[in-house]
Amino acid sequence: MPVYPVPELGPAVPEIVLAIGAVVLLMLGVFMRGPRVVPLVNALAVGVLVVVGALLVIRPEYGVTFAGAFVLDDFARLMKVLALIGAVLAIVMATSFARLERFARAEYPVLILISAVGMMMMISANDLVAAYLGLEVQSLAAYVIAAINRDNVRSTEAGLKYFVLGALSSGLLLYGASLVYGFTGQTTFAGIAAALAGGEPSLGLVFGLVFLLAGVAFKVSAVPFHMWTPDVYEGAPTPVTAFFAAAPKVAAMALFVRVVMTAFEPITTDWQQIVVFLAIASMVLGSFAAIGQRNIKRLMAYSSIGHMGYALVGLAAGTEQGVQGVVLYLAIYVAMTLGAFACILAMRRNGGMVEEISELSGLARTHPVMGFVFAMLMFSLAGIPPFAGFFAKYFVFAAAVQADLAWLAVIGVLASTVGAYYYLRIVKLIYFDEPTRAFQRMPNELRFVLGVSGLFTIFYVFIGAPLTSAATTAARSLLT
Amino acid sequence: MTSDFPILSVVTFLPLVGVLFILLIRDSAAVFNIRMVALITTVATFLVSLFVWAWFDPQNPGFQMMEEAPWLGGFVTYRMGVDGISLLFVILTTFLMPLSILASWHAIGNRVKEYMIAFLVLETLMVGVFCALDTVLFYLFFEGGLIPMFVIIGVWGGKRRIYASYKFFLYTLLGSLLMLIAIMAMYWQAGTTSIPELMRHPFPGGAQTWLWLAFFASFAVKMPMWPVHTWLPDAHVEAPTAGSVILAGILLKMGGYGFLRFSLPMFPLASEQFAPLVFVLSVVAIIYTSLVALMQEDMKKLIAYSSVAHMGFVTLGIFTATVQGVQGGIFQMLSHGLVSGALFLCVGIVYDRMHTREIAAYGGLVNRMPWYAAVFLVFTMANVGLPGTSGFVGEFLTLMGAFAVNTWVAVFAATGIILSAAYALWLYRKVIFGALTKESLRSILDLDGREKAILVPLVALVVFFGVYPLPVLDVTASAVENLVNDYQAAVGMPADTTVAAE
Repeated sequence: MPVYPVPELGPAVPEIVLAIGAVVLLMLGVFMRGPRVVPLVNALAVGVLVVVGALLVIRPEYGVTFAGAFVLDDFARLMKVLALIGAVLAIVMATSFARLERFARAEYPVLILISAVGMMMMISANDLVAAYLGLEVQSLAAYVIAAINRDNVRSTEAGLKYFVLGALSSGLLLYGASLVYGFTGQTTFAGIAAALAGGEPSLGLVFGLVFLLAGVAFKVSAVPFHMWTPDVYEGAPTPVTAFFAAAPKVAAMALFVRVVMTAFEPITTDWQQIVVFLAIASMVLGSFAAIGQRNIKRLMAYSSIGHMGYALVGLAAGTEQGVQGVVLYLAIYVAMTLGAFACILAMRRNGGMVEEISELSGLARTHPVMGFVFAMLMFSLAGIPPFAGFFAKYFVFAAAVQADLAWLAVIGVLASTVGAYYYLRIVKLIYFDEPTRAFQRMPNELRFVLGVSGLFTIFYVFIGAPLTSAATTAARSLLT
Repeated sequence: MTSDFPILSVVTFLPLVGVLFILLIRDSAAVFNIRMVALITTVATFLVSLFVWAWFDPQNPGFQMMEEAPWLGGFVTYRMGVDGISLLFVILTTFLMPLSILASWHAIGNRVKEYMIAFLVLETLMVGVFCALDTVLFYLFFEGGLIPMFVIIGVWGGKRRIYASYKFFLYTLLGSLLMLIAIMAMYWQAGTTSIPELMRHPFPGGAQTWLWLAFFASFAVKMPMWPVHTWLPDAHVEAPTAGSVILAGILLKMGGYGFLRFSLPMFPLASEQFAPLVFVLSVVAIIYTSLVALMQEDMKKLIAYSSVAHMGFVTLGIFTATVQGVQGGIFQMLSHGLVSGALFLCVGIVYDRMHTREIAAYGGLVNRMPWYAAVFLVFTMANVGLPGTSGFVGEFLTLMGAFAVNTWVAVFAATGIILSAAYALWLYRKVIFGALTKESLRSILDLDGREKAILVPLVALVVFFGVYPLPVLDVTASAVENLVNDYQAAVGMPADTTVAAE
């Protein structure tokens, strides 16, 4: 019997710590009794995530391990930090909500942790099998989280819908992966790239590529694989929606970028068409479909679809600038989205949560600070300077223009003009309309999230330099 | 004059200091304090901006008082500077702001804090547009200005304010986004976002066409040129008085400034190629919108259409690419900034008293308001372009430039002056003269001290520049000459040796 050497564990230490932490906290949640368990597990989960993030920030061990299946580079590091921020805030933002909506379960933070493990594996995946494993770990936890409010019909429906469609997309992805393996004989990204170098790809491989990308596109909810998004966003408890809108998008987009930019780099022209199509469809549908929405969570769902379209514009360029644009876009998108969801979570009156957009009327008068920040976040999401959202769009469009895809950028700006319309509608409600009844006082943790997100978004002009250079380093590390 | 003092940044960001002070006023009922802070801030900004003028060397055709700093990880540079073309727009902006604040003194009674903050932020963004020497920075200020204006129209506007604010925002946004794409394309072509360097970069002919069109989309909407002017009457009618003043006085000038800063110097070949198109659109704007103005029942709408017509002269003058034409275009913009701003203030004064802008609701005001009638007369005449007022100088110079390039264009444009006399005098007669028959007008009061303080400086400047335009023309002369010479050299014609209108 051959003896296999123990793989180098260094680069994967954060994932290992996180996985162990998740299991221990699960035990804690199951075997401890009493009212203090849930807050304890919540706090410990946040602690574990912060420790893992700190490990990544302070002493990352770059390298490839597990026989080429796992890689930690600057790109992975930055994206993991983003995903971890999304996960931490998903737990933090749920605290008051959980108390008021009888949603306090120890499973929630544990599932977020497991999902975070999956996301980190996706981001670091350097092999089709590893990618699939990470994606499934992330998704299975996510299906459960969507349905975690099990007494609520809409939450259950959201979970079920998410699961059925998600399973289908996993199937597509696996089928694509198997075709790719069949036609190249490789599963590692480097191996696939080597097999594809020089020479036209066979038809079967292109089929595999299409299926593979379709599976990933489902996870980033790019049109036409977006159908689940509005329903799941609307049905899932709001903190869960905030989680779905931020962290998993980062992970899935990171996987998307790594697959096409490393494994399929030799056949850029082939996947470029697919990405261009996904980008156009997402931008256009995201903009137009959001106009008619009356539920703020559905609106955010279409908004996120549109934003993924803009991020894909950067990827469509297929250049280092493009990857840099995608990284920046995701970072800024996560910051804006979490801030917006902090506002949505604060839409609560005595009778419980409200989700109609019209409830925001006159917010600038009843809650001046929240109204102001929310309105500025909307301008930022619309891509109006001087806010962060403008720079996000600037980088992806600039990459597209450089890659001779100026027409794609033009479609992008047309779509964002349409998109501006529905963001303005929220600003209009907040500032122009007469106030309705005030919301309850905003819980402290939401104030914190909104404050950080607002400061980042509004003052990005002055403080954006470190993020820009981090994105540059990340993009460079991916392509070398 | 060289100095390390970052005077342009100070002028640009000084209003934000005022915003901070206003934010510190916790009691939002202390409206007097809020208004005073806003007024003092804008006056201080104006005074500081006069130093820019004082330090400016009119002999130097290049950019002066340059500032540079790395920004956002080096992909763009924070770069400021003024030349003869932009300097006076900075002064115009800082000059009109205190007047706008004064004009809103009593007219704006609710949410004063937000109102003043919006205006001060708007001032920063407007001054920034004229000082920015980096395309991305320029774009940032250019489009950022939409946000406060959107809020000003939407919150403090009239009945159809929401429709008007949306229309204003989306129209302008679409145009500017196309310009953004062009800015990116220029960056990849020339490898820089610095405006002075881009001016020296020879763009190939084919690319110039596309880039010119993209910039045109933005500036034509902003200007606004026929047929994309339709947002302007709506925005003007619904905006509060001070909003209209700023909109007409400064925001519209950004379009003309953009043509001078980008289209002519960076894409001379395309500018020459498209000049006939611009001439046609300008002439149509001058004649058509003047006719439309004749039919208006709302005072603000009439002035709004007359603005479109006057902006037609500006585009006409600029694209003649002669020294006279460009000088005239700049002068016309400055003069229009004063005159149309003043006309909107005049409308605002009677609106504050009677709460209607219907022309038919007035008549015979001269009996009760002699001061008002006199002031309004000066601005009406300046709007018509009567010699001796600033309106004449600009129109005359643009027509001279147009005549040198194309006689027919000049002929048609000149008819616009006649039409403008028709609608302006008609408006004046309807509102001011005639018998004071309307019961409601019998107790109307003449200008009070505050209103005189707003209007008298404007009257003085309009007459002063009409009689003695040299201070303005001196500042712009060398920069314009430089611009025209570069343009002529680029399109391969012998340089026009005519010395600036001296």
